[in-house]
Amino acid sequence: MVPVIVFAAVSIVTLGAAVAVVTNKNILHSAFYLVLAFVGIASIYVLLEAPFIAVVQVLVYIGAIAILIVFAIMLTRRIMSKDIEQRNAQWIWSALGALILFGVLGWIVYSANWPVVQGAVPDDPIALLGQELLTTYVVPFEIASVLLLAALVGSIVIGREREQDSRSAE
Amino acid sequence: MIQDFFINITWLIPVFPFLAFLIIILFTQNNNKLSHSLSIGSMVLSWLVGWGVVFSAIGTPHLGEHPIQKVIPWFETGTSTFGIGFWVDPLMAAALFMVPFVCLMIFIYSVGYMGYGTDEVDPNYARFFGYIALFATGMLGLVISENLLTLFMSWEIMGLCSYLLIGFWFQKNYDDPDKITPRQAGLKAFLVTKVGDLFLMLGIIYLYSQAGTLSYADTLFNHEFLVHLAETPALPIFGGWSAASAIALLIFGGAVGKSAQFPLHIWLPDAMEGPTPVSALIHAATMVSAGVFLVARIFPLLNIVVELELHNPTMGIIAFIGAFTAIFAAIIAIGQNDIKGVLAFSTISQLGYMIAALGIGAYVAATFHLITHAFFKALLFMGSGSVIIGCHHEQDMMELGGLRKKMPKTFWTFVAGGFALSGFPIITAGFWSKDEILAHAWHEFMLEGTASWPFFVWLLLTIAAFLTAFYTARQISLTFLGKPRSHHAEHAHETPATMTTPLIILAFFALTLGFVGIPEEIVGLGNNWFHNFIGHEYAATPLSVTVMLLSSGLALGGLGLGWWVYGRKPLVQGQMDPVEKGMNKIRLGWLYKAMQNRFYFDEIYRATFIDGSVKLADILYDFDYHWVIDPIVNLVARIVRGISEFSNKFDEKVVDALVNITGLSGVKLAELGGITDLKVVDGFVNGVADVTGWIGEKVLRPIQTGKAQNYLLILLISMLAIIGIYLVY
Amino acid sequence: MSIPLNWYLVLAAALFSIGIYGVLSRRNAIGILMGIELMLNAVNINLVAFWRFMDPGRLTGQVFALFVFTVAAAEVAVGLALVIAIYRNRDTVVVEEIDLLKE
Repeated sequence: MVPVIVFAAVSIVTLGAAVAVVTNKNILHSAFYLVLAFVGIASIYVLLEAPFIAVVQVLVYIGAIAILIVFAIMLTRRIMSKDIEQRNAQWIWSALGALILFGVLGWIVYSANWPVVQGAVPDDPIALLGQELLTTYVVPFEIASVLLLAALVGSIVIGREREQDSRSAE
Repeated sequence: MIQDFFINITWLIPVFPFLAFLIIILFTQNNNKLSHSLSIGSMVLSWLVGWGVVFSAIGTPHLGEHPIQKVIPWFETGTSTFGIGFWVDPLMAAALFMVPFVCLMIFIYSVGYMGYGTDEVDPNYARFFGYIALFATGMLGLVISENLLTLFMSWEIMGLCSYLLIGFWFQKNYDDPDKITPRQAGLKAFLVTKVGDLFLMLGIIYLYSQAGTLSYADTLFNHEFLVHLAETPALPIFGGWSAASAIALLIFGGAVGKSAQFPLHIWLPDAMEGPTPVSALIHAATMVSAGVFLVARIFPLLNIVVELELHNPTMGIIAFIGAFTAIFAAIIAIGQNDIKGVLAFSTISQLGYMIAALGIGAYVAATFHLITHAFFKALLFMGSGSVIIGCHHEQDMMELGGLRKKMPKTFWTFVAGGFALSGFPIITAGFWSKDEILAHAWHEFMLEGTASWPFFVWLLLTIAAFLTAFYTARQISLTFLGKPRSHHAEHAHETPATMTTPLIILAFFALTLGFVGIPEEIVGLGNNWFHNFIGHEYAATPLSVTVMLLSSGLALGGLGLGWWVYGRKPLVQGQMDPVEKGMNKIRLGWLYKAMQNRFYFDEIYRATFIDGSVKLADILYDFDYHWVIDPIVNLVARIVRGISEFSNKFDEKVVDALVNITGLSGVKLAELGGITDLKVVDGFVNGVADVTGWIGEKVLRPIQTGKAQNYLLILLISMLAIIGIYLVY
Repeated sequence: MSIPLNWYLVLAAALFSIGIYGVLSRRNAIGILMGIELMLNAVNINLVAFWRFMDPGRLTGQVFALFVFTVAAAEVAVGLALVIAIYRNRDTVVVEEIDLLKE
């Protein structure tokens, strides 16, 4: 019974935070709600007995991505003000579409017959994970590292203030 | 030992030029010398390894029955695994003898042609060498491929390179708007060959659906599977064919595109807009050969149906298309004045020979001609390129002439190539290979009688042989004999050694390569070595003295006639082509004009396919905007608006009028009439205009917002709709 | 194991739908990016849940969740760099004003 209560509580917090992320008028508050949603999702991973993923979730999403987003919001501060409408003209249709999508997905989830198997999590999942990454999945692993490098270089190139830009700004 | 060593490193052959391509494109774009050294160096390595493999293959006994296959798993989809690897068999060895060597000659020649070390060096010189290295990668990859998937990938690499290279001088524009620019020519080559590629892909998919794999060993060289495939009926749209024939025909569609066979030949003449080394590369060593190579590759599919004596229309279709293309292109070649234009149509015609040979089952002869043709056609293209450079980019043969003394090396090598093309008896390679095709056709038609398609094939090919000799003599006479007919030809000079040396080397092969395939009946020369190597499982073509004498006679006759018409009394400046004059005299001027205009195929395709597509788009546009959808919307809006306006005015005017009528009945009644006219009628008219404008402003424009979010929303809704349909049904 | 698989899947579906709503309705480019992050997280919950309930012996699901993390990090870095570059050039992050597709 306890896991169910925990799951229900975590789900409510997560979903509530997620709704706040997409509806809050103040974009900075949205970002903080996003952090809350990430924490909730990390808890879900713990419930799923994947503690390593939960830790990575906290490190990468909260420690890096959310912070990056907050920084970006502060750098583009003009739009932080509350008076600006944050929804576009098609929001009502988007809401409708999202609701229908949720209905369809939920229906699929409940009508499908998932081949669930009972089984225990391996004793030392982190060691196994490391092994898998460097044997079976070594090629995707390397590609992912190249992707990260490319993203790193790319975002520097895109985000860098060009010399002539700053000169004309002066 | 050394044999195993070479065969084990076969996979390196396409890797060398690919690395050269990467390095040139990424790092050495600004260094011409380093770029061409890399390109040529990689090709030297490929050539050395390639010939190592070829001679190892020749030294391996029974290679035909036991091809060498080395494959590593590449990726898995579901239950089937695709491999990547190489395949060494006699056909591959024959192609590998030709491709890297001719490519190497062309690469060296390009150094001179693209103006290295002169003031006229091409601004994109380094990139050119990168592209041709990639092109060589595609062709070499295709030759060593172990399965149809990697073959198709290499095939498409070549398609891309042909686009890049034909359009290499993409800045070039002409004053004459009807003249096709390099940009358009590249696009045209790409699109037209794509039509063929679609069929190739369908064929490959069809084969995969039957076999569950694409490797040669499990499909084309698996006799049980072939028998099974031949006995399986094809899809209903193919009538009562066997699946093997249907697949072969679809794959042949790809070859029609790449090897420029009728009716997809139109891209090749325009491909001459590219630099001349590219023409040599595309039209001799690589791209067009790839099509013939492919048909030779799938020859087991055709052969099995013959072996089992099933109904097999595919070979008839292949033979007919090939033979028709051979004669059709040869006729057009006579009417061309562009020195490269003649060679372009000559290439189409010679490819027709090979295709026709495959269609009548002359597998060995087709391969033989493929190899010899690559050598002499590369030689001819490069010779014409040498003329073009020597005469300051003058390509019109009517403006040339008298280059024999000024460009002696080019002249003699061109003559060697031209004689090989015409099939000059005994001493040229073209004679032996072409003769084998004709002999095979003769043999088939002797078996089946004059009412059979081998007879038509033989007849068309024989006439084409005569025409080939004739236009070759015309080209040599117009270009090199007589007196210069223009300022450019007057000041011609011999080209640098980087260009003439490859010509001399290729000329040697153009003359002597035929001796490997001399029929065994000719005493004193041993057996037909080439046949034994390539196709010992197929019966050798019996020697026919009749055919040999006939084709010698035709070659000599054609050359002689050509010389008699064009060489004996050289043309002076501005003189009309004697053939045109003669044809005008016997009221065939229209035919000559048609020949000059390539039988108007470009115009026909423009009028049907291109204009047809545009028309269809117009009709759909009208359907949407003028005829059906919009008018319905407009009509509804108009009616609603009309009703509301009318009731509005009615309310305002009529009720008011009723109040006022007691006081000012006469005057108001008159005014009412005027106002009703003004407001209701005009209002209605204005309403129509407003609604139309409103629809445009509020309905049609907003849909095209340019905002990604709108498009995403539409995407979501469409996806939901599709899921809905899927769930309902 | 008292929580069935379906619950996790429905939670993920809800998160995904909320994310889609955010992507479609936000005027602010950074808001859109946050919506995308929610969608990616929903996918990750699915991956880990399927791993736990269908194939707990091998760690395929977790491995792919890690790859999704990587892609998300790369996407956010480039996305925010783009947002900042656009903000610098056009002084706005309102996507409706960035309708270059129409011009």
